[in-house]
Amino acid sequence: MKGWTHASQGARMSVRRRFSWDQFSAVATLIPSLILLGVFVYGFIVWTGYVSLTNWNSFIPTFSFAGLQNYINVFGTFRFQSDLRNIVVFTALFIIGCLIVGMGLALLIDQRVRAEGLFRSIFIFPMAISFVVTGVIWSWILNPGTGVNLVLKAFGWKTLPSWFLSTTIVPNITLGQIQVGIPLALLAVLIAAVWQMSGFAMAVYLAGLRGISDDIKEAARIDGAGALRMFWSIILPQLRSTTTTIVIILSAASLKVFGLIYAMTGPGQEFVTDMPSLNMFQTTFQGDQFAQGAAIAIVLLLLLAVFIIPYLISTLRQDSSS
Amino acid sequence: MKFGNALKTGAALAIALSVTTAPLAFAAQQKGDLQIFSWWTGVASSKALRGIIHVFNEQYPGIKVTNDAVAGGAGSNAKAILASRMEAGNPPGTFQVHAGGGSLLSWVQAGDMQPLNSLYQSQGWYKAFPKSLLNLLTINGKIYAVPVDMQRGNVTWYNPSVFKKYHLAVPASFQQFFADAAVLKRHGITPLALANHGNWEATLLFSDVLLGTVGPVKYDQLLTGKAPWSIPGVQAAANTFVRMMAYTNTDYSALHWQQADQLVAQGKAAMNVMGDWAQGYFTTALHLKPGAGFGWAATPGTRGVFGAVADVFGLPSKLTDKTPTLDFLKVLGSKKAQDVFNPLKGTFSPRLDSNAKLYDAYSREAMQSYKRDKLVLVIGQGAVNPGFTNSFNNAMEIFVTNHNVKQFVSALESAAQSNPLS
Repeated sequence: MKGWTHASQGARMSVRRRFSWDQFSAVATLIPSLILLGVFVYGFIVWTGYVSLTNWNSFIPTFSFAGLQNYINVFGTFRFQSDLRNIVVFTALFIIGCLIVGMGLALLIDQRVRAEGLFRSIFIFPMAISFVVTGVIWSWILNPGTGVNLVLKAFGWKTLPSWFLSTTIVPNITLGQIQVGIPLALLAVLIAAVWQMSGFAMAVYLAGLRGISDDIKEAARIDGAGALRMFWSIILPQLRSTTTTIVIILSAASLKVFGLIYAMTGPGQEFVTDMPSLNMFQTTFQGDQFAQGAAIAIVLLLLLAVFIIPYLISTLRQDSSS
Repeated sequence: MKFGNALKTGAALAIALSVTTAPLAFAAQQKGDLQIFSWWTGVASSKALRGIIHVFNEQYPGIKVTNDAVAGGAGSNAKAILASRMEAGNPPGTFQVHAGGGSLLSWVQAGDMQPLNSLYQSQGWYKAFPKSLLNLLTINGKIYAVPVDMQRGNVTWYNPSVFKKYHLAVPASFQQFFADAAVLKRHGITPLALANHGNWEATLLFSDVLLGTVGPVKYDQLLTGKAPWSIPGVQAAANTFVRMMAYTNTDYSALHWQQADQLVAQGKAAMNVMGDWAQGYFTTALHLKPGAGFGWAATPGTRGVFGAVADVFGLPSKLTDKTPTLDFLKVLGSKKAQDVFNPLKGTFSPRLDSNAKLYDAYSREAMQSYKRDKLVLVIGQGAVNPGFTNSFNNAMEIFVTNHNVKQFVSALESAAQSNPLS
């Protein structure tokens, strides 16, 4: 009895010692990245927020307090109002497009096709290409004078689409200085963006599909569920958390989209394909209006936060409940 | 064992020391370091830069030169990096900037540049460069930079065989332009090729239309903040610009400037308005003969005026050791260095005594115009307040499609108000 107590005490002590050593080494390994993150991410966010409230709009650094004047100026421009319309339209359609195409591809591949690995690779390959390359290639394909329009012409199409050069906005409701609706030019950019990123949605969905237990599907089948019924009532609900993950990651990619637009269309005529990131870059580094550029950056950050914060809250809640 | 380890460590240290002291000993003989900051990373321009560094090192072998060139669209990346370095009080030895009231003026106003009047005096440069060029580098009587090359921004490039075929003369006035354009359009040829992917191309075109409409004196006043943008000439130029747009290709926002010049070379279009960097594209990429495969003329209404785009280098005031930079600037402004640099880069030397034999037919003609004519700046080529240029480009992006003259002119007025031009 005595021996047992002793041994257990010894074990407990060694556990405690090891635990504190673990803790120490964990903290020690985290410190460098915490410092780097603290300085280069959060520190600079705070700095950008500060700059956005100053009068620093030339090479002469003037840090006098400007209040919200930079934000008022930025929101008052035709360009930024167009940016907000474009980013909302682009993000919504980009996510919906990737989800539908990705799900479709995942379902097809999940049918235990032959050479599954080959198809998986083909669909996911575009992701390995940089957005700039995608932009250049698709700007050639969708150039109204060359590219795909020549094929359409050969098939006898009379009115050829002008793709990313179109300045039409549907449905075209005037609000403030701009027309609100879906700029048709953005659809051309969306084709390229969805082409590139739907492979990612496919891969995540495929993993999700493989994770659904066969028991549930078997049970549904025994209850007499058809393929469609099975999809709506069993597979889709089971993939809800997968969908959330895809939406969060794609929305982050969408909100900071830069290379694709820069290479493919630029801001576009009447800013039909402009994005806040592009505006921010040109305002800051070509116009030297640092405070206004910072204001755009902060608005962009807040837009991102709208997507990220609910996700963080939900994952934290899941962690604590499990 | 322990002793052995110590021996190994000692040996390693000795090797490490000998490796590190060798360059140190070498550095001790040198007189200094010089970082040259530019956006010259293209094939021709980097070769030209290396050429000038070579000339410099022949005369100053003791100074170690670092070529700090940053790649990316017309220097936009380089300018961003430069801004952060200047801000941090760590300026390069010298840096590339455009002549005029753009970034150069901003740096001077920020107190980051040192005047070079005594250098000009000692090198005799007040006589080596034309007064009209020095005016573009002078602020309140102080001169702040040394020019190394010269390019022209008001050139109509045209296809000679197209003009010959339809018995047309290259337009010298807007009236002639529209007469020619009507004929060309009837024959299914695009009168004016336009590329506007970067949006600075339409700004360049408008800049030349404005110059041709209001004349060099008024134009100069507009660009230096001495005349308001509400004058009727601006509106007239905008109206002419809209009329011209009816004679351009419609896919301009998908094209880069080279593609517009390609349309001209192929005879699908008759003319293109572009700076004389287009000449290098015609001769090097398309292998055309100057005068036969492509022709050039001043843009309508601008004969006798030279739209100057010049790269210049200055002396950052926060530099701790200024001697290497001053030595480099001496070489940079010299005839010898400029005669090496410019033929390689495809530009010409802004010195009045430069050797014309080194250049081709186009550049020789441009040199004559440069020496004889009035120099003006070109909007969008680093010539005016960057904030104004950015607002100008934003207004142009809308104007080029919606053709709303009133809205465009009022956007320019407010751009000039919120971004002072002097």
